Amino acid sequence: MIFYQFMEATGAEIVVRCLAEEGVEFVFGYPGGAVLNIYDEIFKQNKFKHVLVRHEQAAVHAADAYARSTGRVGVALVTSGPGVTNAVTGIATAYMDSIPIVVVTGQVPTPAIGLDAFQEVDTVGITRPCVKHNFLVKDVKDLAATMKKAFIIAATGRPGPVVVDVPKDVTYHTTDFEYPATVEMRSYSPVVKGHSGQMKRAVQMLLEAKRPMIYAGGGVVLGDASEQLAELTRLLGFPVTNTLMGLGGYPATDRQNLGMLGMHGTYEANMAMQHSDVLLAVGARFDDRVIGNPAHFAREQRRIIHIDVDPSSISKRVKVDVPIVGDVKNVLTDMLALLKQAKEKPDAAALNAWWTQIELWRSKNCLKYNRSSPIIKPQYVVEKLWEVTKGDAFVTSDVGQHQMWAAQYYKFDKPRRWINSGGLGTMGVGLPYAMGVQLAFPDAQVACITGESSIQMNIQELSTCKQYRIPVKVITLNNRYMGMVRQWQEFFYGSRYAESYMESLPDFVKLAESYGHVGMRIDKPEDVEAALKEAFSPALRERMVFMDFQTDQTENVFPMVEGGKGLSEMILAEEL
Amino acid sequence: MSRRHIISLLMENEAGALSRVAGLFSARAYNIESLTVAPTEDATLSRMTIVTVGSEDIIEQITKQLNKLVDVIKVMDLTEGSHIERELMLVKLRAVGADREEIKRTADIFRGNIIDVTESTYTIELTGAGSKLDAFLEAIDSASIIETVRTGASGIGRGERSLKV
Repeated sequence: MIFYQFMEATGAEIVVRCLAEEGVEFVFGYPGGAVLNIYDEIFKQNKFKHVLVRHEQAAVHAADAYARSTGRVGVALVTSGPGVTNAVTGIATAYMDSIPIVVVTGQVPTPAIGLDAFQEVDTVGITRPCVKHNFLVKDVKDLAATMKKAFIIAATGRPGPVVVDVPKDVTYHTTDFEYPATVEMRSYSPVVKGHSGQMKRAVQMLLEAKRPMIYAGGGVVLGDASEQLAELTRLLGFPVTNTLMGLGGYPATDRQNLGMLGMHGTYEANMAMQHSDVLLAVGARFDDRVIGNPAHFAREQRRIIHIDVDPSSISKRVKVDVPIVGDVKNVLTDMLALLKQAKEKPDAAALNAWWTQIELWRSKNCLKYNRSSPIIKPQYVVEKLWEVTKGDAFVTSDVGQHQMWAAQYYKFDKPRRWINSGGLGTMGVGLPYAMGVQLAFPDAQVACITGESSIQMNIQELSTCKQYRIPVKVITLNNRYMGMVRQWQEFFYGSRYAESYMESLPDFVKLAESYGHVGMRIDKPEDVEAALKEAFSPALRERMVFMDFQTDQTENVFPMVEGGKGLSEMILAEEL
Repeated sequence: MSRRHIISLLMENEAGALSRVAGLFSARAYNIESLTVAPTEDATLSRMTIVTVGSEDIIEQITKQLNKLVDVIKVMDLTEGSHIERELMLVKLRAVGADREEIKRTADIFRGNIIDVTESTYTIELTGAGSKLDAFLEAIDSASIIETVRTGASGIGRGERSLKV
């Protein structure tokens, strides 16, 4: 596009051209006064598609899911004031899970900033604690370089959301436009390669391990390091566990995988974590939902190797012995090379004994549930979904019990297939997440596992699905309760179910139908499989299907580690 | 064990730079005893000195989190090595009768300068480590203090130890 270079352009044109230069496919957004010039330029172009959502929060979630599923930077565009405040939940959600998105926000004209103008908020101030970085562009001359910086910062190092706030006058001011190929930032240079001495120490430690454990988090997925992780794990013959964010980072159906760990992790994964003598943490951050009480975790002696691109994630909650700062993929690749050169092999006898112990833990079969119930068990729906979709669907979820059941019973063998809000725990992400994924992968099977409470937090997006014919399948595990709240109230609040009951639910079938979608209500366990098969059948391929499964109101998520308790202090299903 | 640390940093001299640092400290519940900031000889750079109190683990997190801020170029914990710390204090004191001579003598002992005089007041300028300024205030009759203004500590490494881009 040499022709374009050095041509005068308005700020609005520059925004649109920068997005085109970045190869952006979709911009999720909602127009408003401050961004009208930008929308006018969007109208005139055909490089990317704009997807009109029904609420700005959903725009950011959809962009976030596009990023999670493709590995590319997602883009959202919202107007000033309420457009921004609505977007904040989406931005914070992406921030907590380190998702690369760029959010362009409109702002009141620069002379009006600070005068409490109509639809003015301090966007940079409001978003500062929940972005990787943000910019207020006061001069159109800085706009192109700022857009470039935003994309670089969002995607590199530990990824995260970047907000670019563009006042309205900047969108009609003009300047010479040239999109820089790159921008140097003296204050920003993420570490990429691991320290060779530390990696040697780490490999030595792994080879000396008697009871090793590999603990792999979202960094493996975000860093596209699944292959390297699988190769390392298989070469060593070690057990591996994935965090909620790391699911799919190592194939769930592989024997070496002990399943998810943490508050609702498997018995074998949590026990192996607690009793390991050498722990390799890869792109994970030892958070409170994963290791429980750090003091309890520290009771057993173990040496810890921690690979992470973000130095501040290392030794934050748990002291580690060998910190390795670097891109997970690079570090694992280098460690694999060292491992292959090493003369020593893992201690086969010790490893055998360790696996015998792990199999004993595994034989507890901690995910068993009542399969002969006359009421639909939510776990059964997820298991059947896994079968019907042959384990190959993209699955988004909302937040609560259904999220945990999805994580426990849908066995993800590939990375970037499981899309959920792990860090912030944002109810309402499921449907916009499914939209973002389906638009990125129009031919893929996309299921949104949700609950009747969560789905109502962004249910307006049924309209967006109608407009763009987005054929996602919504699987509502409807127990007429805010299930996870109800579970905690049952366990810890004497079964006083304060405000956790969902009264006055809509008829979801009619609701879906009113938007032109297919609605289904499933009441009996024997109808579950047939309904799912129908929803995913070629006949309904092009249709959005809303499935309302009437599930057991009293079902709880097990195993469970109570807040503040140790990882090995699990409540199992049969103990109640 | 909690200890007082002086952290120096260089960051891009841009609008909102200070609020990024201040926001980080409040969001993560870190202590902040004092914070001073001003541009350096290179106007594109701001130099900040932060005095904070925390255990080794907390201070490690603070320096890591500061380094993570995109606008921050370099961070140094001055307390890790030999360093100099100075703070400027202006004190306005009630100075009448016999007190006038007494206050002047005390100011001299602390190498303070009287920079404003009226019939009933002295304003004293005093520079030194925070502990010296504290000591001066201890030495003065608290009833005579009308007003104190302190800048917070500025720090610099000794000898070749320096914080530069």
